[in-house]
Amino acid sequence: MTIHGWVQIALFGAIVILIARPFGGYMTRVFNGERTFLSPILRPVERAVYWCCGVDEKEEQHWLTYAVAMLLFSIIGFLTLYALQRLQSYLPFNPQGQSGVEESLAFNTSVSFVTNTNWQSYVPETTMGYLVQMTGLTVHNFVSAATGVALALALIRGFARREAKGIGNFWVDLTRTTLYVLLPLSVVIALFYVWQGMPQNIGPYVDATTLEGAKQTIAQGPIASQEAIKILGTNGGGFLNANSAHPYENPNALTNLVQLLSIFSIGAALTNVLGRMVHDERQGWAIFAAMGILFLAGVTTAYWSESHGNPAMAAYDVDSAPSELQAGGNMEGKEVRFGPALSALYATVTTDTSCGAVNSMHDSFLPVGGMVPLVNIQLGEVIFGGVGSGLYGMLAFAIVAMFVAGLMVGRTPEYLGKKLESKEVKMTILALLSLPLSILGWTALATVVPAGLAGIANTGPHGFSEILYGYSSTTGNNGSAFAGLSANTLFYNTTLGGAMLMGRFIFVIPLLAVAGSLAQKKLLAPSAGTFPTNRPLFVGLLVGVVLIIGGLTYFPAISLGPAVEQVAMNQGKLYPGP
Amino acid sequence: MLRQIRPAIVMIIVMTVITGLIYPLGMTGLAQLIFPDQANGSLLKREDGSVIGSSLIGQNFTDDKYFQGRPSATTDTDPNDATKTVPAPYNAANSGGSNLGPTSQALADRVKDDAEKLKAENPSAPIPVDLVTTSASGLDPDITPAAADFQVPRVAKARNLPQEKVRTLVAEMTQDRFLGILGEKRVNVLKLNLALDQLR
Repeated sequence: MTIHGWVQIALFGAIVILIARPFGGYMTRVFNGERTFLSPILRPVERAVYWCCGVDEKEEQHWLTYAVAMLLFSIIGFLTLYALQRLQSYLPFNPQGQSGVEESLAFNTSVSFVTNTNWQSYVPETTMGYLVQMTGLTVHNFVSAATGVALALALIRGFARREAKGIGNFWVDLTRTTLYVLLPLSVVIALFYVWQGMPQNIGPYVDATTLEGAKQTIAQGPIASQEAIKILGTNGGGFLNANSAHPYENPNALTNLVQLLSIFSIGAALTNVLGRMVHDERQGWAIFAAMGILFLAGVTTAYWSESHGNPAMAAYDVDSAPSELQAGGNMEGKEVRFGPALSALYATVTTDTSCGAVNSMHDSFLPVGGMVPLVNIQLGEVIFGGVGSGLYGMLAFAIVAMFVAGLMVGRTPEYLGKKLESKEVKMTILALLSLPLSILGWTALATVVPAGLAGIANTGPHGFSEILYGYSSTTGNNGSAFAGLSANTLFYNTTLGGAMLMGRFIFVIPLLAVAGSLAQKKLLAPSAGTFPTNRPLFVGLLVGVVLIIGGLTYFPAISLGPAVEQVAMNQGKLYPGP
Repeated sequence: MLRQIRPAIVMIIVMTVITGLIYPLGMTGLAQLIFPDQANGSLLKREDGSVIGSSLIGQNFTDDKYFQGRPSATTDTDPNDATKTVPAPYNAANSGGSNLGPTSQALADRVKDDAEKLKAENPSAPIPVDLVTTSASGLDPDITPAAADFQVPRVAKARNLPQEKVRTLVAEMTQDRFLGILGEKRVNVLKLNLALDQLR
């Protein structure tokens, strides 16, 4: 590890802290329907959207109606995206003449983008035409992210409201998030990306004759516009196969910084939105602090691991030590412009959240370095988190933390002035248990059936890690991969699609029930016996609960994968190809 | 409940128009107007207008008189059998990494082969790690200054130039970190080789 690397990480952290409060203030105004500086332009558009859709923006929805609206929207979105892919050879904006996408792949991809996962079993350059990229994938990059924010808002309102029947209006939350938050930021960021070198055209791929006279075909497309929302909406699905490692999707360290900030900004600001809505910003900062501690632990571990060279290479006089002339470290699957520090940072940030964009190949990380993204996903991606999903995930852990605290002192737990009773705790536990059920269940299946084992690219413990990562990533709606896994098969497209659906919907519906139930309750005034949830003790308890639940659930699986591999690597053991 | 069906259908259509057509096409128009060079892929062209490549995308160099980029794991469809792939370094229409894990025998073997070739060319220095590892995209346009320095003796010999002259050019072409803070020092291989061809 070098000072230079740490300076970059510290700079990033400092900017996130600075962004959270002002951005949270802006978003709170948007979600409360107040005027913002963009209202003169966007308010007429917003009203036109409601008029087209027949939505009354004043109408409050019961949690069940809210859930049904969200589900219907997801189903319709799935169907249209599926149809677009199947029919793309008949549609315009397809200069490369990409053919219709095969059934299981189209299913997997549709589920993937509707659930904000952006797992990609396909190679974009040779599969998706520009029309599908724009009117299919880019659209879902916006609306699946807005759906996540809407769900988080519903849960926040559950805490903030007193004796209320409704938890907001799904259509209004969706529209406001898209129009006032995601779209304007995407426009600015996309223009910045183009300035820095990202292509934005709808022309055919370019044929170049290289300096040595060979032919090189260079993929093109409307990359910057999709890249902006891919990152901001913590979607993560690359326009090109190498994702944000591709020089066209992340040309330099400055675009890399903007991407890192885009990934964390909404998640960080939503903690402030929570604080403002419950009229105590320190509640938001307490959640922010817990997230920050877990982030620091992850990035430190990953950077430590990746700053070491692979011991298997030392025998051939390969120099992996940092010096004036090179950053050194484990450079397999990494880009020179990012080096080990920014690669480790990106891998941590993209899995702290449900983003899943990558600027290096996680599959080629050293075992402990690759374990960090894996564990981050398995902890539920609650560290700033996917837009919306991070906050509602962390609030689920906060409910459990207060339940644990309540058991210790023998008092009915409260959080943010709401009594947490049997129903809330049961529903929260149901949500939290759905994740390991999917991750461990599907992994167990894939490791015993031939169709599952056929997909791995490395044998030994690393092959197991590839499968475990695949189901963790899809269940967590992350979308990054130990990309050696050949996932474009009937078995993987179907089962990974199943994992994505479980991870999104079985997780969130119980939490909407919690929101509905909380909203109806009275707001209790804090008394001498109230456990304060805006203090360091609560932060420690929350971090502890996240780690204990994650640790107890996944430790056996982790020890079979990365832990064993680290020991094997230190002993110089190598595994043949499959 | 049924009342939610109409908004669900119309909302998808409305959002497709706003975020799927107006936004990307509007951005394309704006980008082509303000930053036409970058928006079309930062292409480098010869005097006759033919494209040499992109300043952002690495290309495959094998000739001794050129600096070489990092190994690339990109592939292409096998011309004889569409279900298989063949190695095709720096294939900019199919980016990707090797995805070999740290304990992979295949990785160790590949590094051994590459290291032996590099050692034969310059036995005096240890091999910079980026010269024996594949990049994440397979299209990394850069090498580290250490990797450029390692290749100076070979390039100078092939071109009958004094090593110092080549070394000075490498130093000139080395890009520093952004504001001295962000990223790593790097040398763009294609730009370096173009400058090398201009050198008298």
